[in-house]
Amino acid sequence: MPMICDWENSVLKRSIEKLGNRTIQAVWRIGFAARFFVAVLLHSGTAFRRFGLTIREMYFTGVLSLIIILVSGLFVGMVLGLQGYETLQTYGSEEALGILVALSLVRELGPVVAALLFASRAGSAITAEIGLMKATEQLSAMEMMAVDPIARVVAPRFWAGVFSMPLLAALFSAMGIFGGYLVGVQLIGVDEGAFWSQMKNAVDFEEDILNGVIKSVVFGIAITTIALFEGYDAPPTAEGVSRATTRTVVTSSLVVLALDFVLTAFMFRGIS
Amino acid sequence: MQNDNLVEIENVEFGYGDRPVLKGINLSARRGQVIAIMGSSGCGKTTLLRLIGGQIRPGRGSVRVAGESVAELAPADLYRLRRKMGMLFQFGALFTDISVFDNVAFPLREHTDLPQDAIRDLVLMKLHAVGLRGAAHLMPSELSGGMARRVALARAIALDPMLVMYDEPFAGLDPISLGVTGNLIRRLTDTLGLTSLVVTHDVQESLKIVDYIYFVSEGVIVAEGTASEIRASGLPYVHQFVHGEADGPVPFHYPALPYADDLRLGKQRA
Repeated sequence: MPMICDWENSVLKRSIEKLGNRTIQAVWRIGFAARFFVAVLLHSGTAFRRFGLTIREMYFTGVLSLIIILVSGLFVGMVLGLQGYETLQTYGSEEALGILVALSLVRELGPVVAALLFASRAGSAITAEIGLMKATEQLSAMEMMAVDPIARVVAPRFWAGVFSMPLLAALFSAMGIFGGYLVGVQLIGVDEGAFWSQMKNAVDFEEDILNGVIKSVVFGIAITTIALFEGYDAPPTAEGVSRATTRTVVTSSLVVLALDFVLTAFMFRGIS
Repeated sequence: MQNDNLVEIENVEFGYGDRPVLKGINLSARRGQVIAIMGSSGCGKTTLLRLIGGQIRPGRGSVRVAGESVAELAPADLYRLRRKMGMLFQFGALFTDISVFDNVAFPLREHTDLPQDAIRDLVLMKLHAVGLRGAAHLMPSELSGGMARRVALARAIALDPMLVMYDEPFAGLDPISLGVTGNLIRRLTDTLGLTSLVVTHDVQESLKIVDYIYFVSEGVIVAEGTASEIRASGLPYVHQFVHGEADGPVPFHYPALPYADDLRLGKQRA
């Protein structure tokens, strides 16, 4: 039958096959990532027993990210100060600038922007490092020395990321508030007492600060898991590591934004 | 009575996906010997080492090391067995973020509770054995290819293993490093009472140091024997391999259409 022959060789059939194949691959990869995440949790004993390993990784992921986090936080806060003043002035409530700056940073910008920066700075570095360790057979060598690379290499980096992320987000918010203060109070002349006292009265520890911390912990788990998995799963070639690094930044950023929406929807509903 | 063979591979079959790599391999390694596994690139030599190390499991057949079936071991038992194995990877696989000293100390720190002084002495002894005691403070990026492999060898023998596997230890080395590495493999095997499995396609260097040779081609052992037996072998594959002939049972050309057909000779070009 000519119709069937055409179908067998048709571009449409090949496209559907390719789509199906990619879908299967994607589902398989998600499953592999989930198993990887569980394996990291199960092999976390070393990361705590030999906490020095985790501290060392916190230096690489956390301390070395400080510059970009602090400088970005300062500028974001300064811009918030300028934009916020411009808007609040219209309604004659420029004293509320402290509230606007603090709530914007503590609830949203602090955790989210710090997470995006963390994904770009530390996430990409983790993926590249693990990917290159795999490409140069360092992980295989470790296995052959009877040392589990998940326990020795992956888990300390995972927990270092999880611990570092909320600290970085807190520092980002603190620097942002300082930036807002510099612009609002020192440069524009908003009343200093009103700036701080209104902020103090409006910011709630549980509703605002704690929720921001929870967000940043969740982002830390997501980013570090993605970065480690991409590195561990990277094809052991220069191109493979390069693509994995790009995927880490893109996937982490999208996951952070999506998670932020979900978490915000749960955390802040009903708050007046 | 202790079995004379440290490694025994029986009827092992293995494939990557649909592509079979090993199609029924049988080989054994006697204790205290240097055994070479030779064959052209991609014939499954490294796969054999990974099977012995338990990094992959055979589709069929058994791999036994010191009487234990590697594929049937629980993860904890496999790791216990691996402490008695050392492996030298093709390019050393040194940890690039720590020094030569720390690389060699790595397995000692991971698996023993020895005081730092004892670890220091052991590391220096291992480095001395490979002639690189003076390079202990260097970083891996400061080493040549041959030095990196010698450091990796010092690391591989750090825990005094019973079996050391070498994956292409001669690849890319200059003639001096080649001789040094070959002599080291022989000397360490004899003095430490190891068993060495050397995967290589460097015939001339291997024939100088090994006790027994297996030739792998298309997933099976096609020839085996001592160095002198291999030199005298009349088997076409072995002859081609030992004498480095471009054409023979291993063809020079990758399978393709007839040359004239590919060039469309005698046909009108489109």
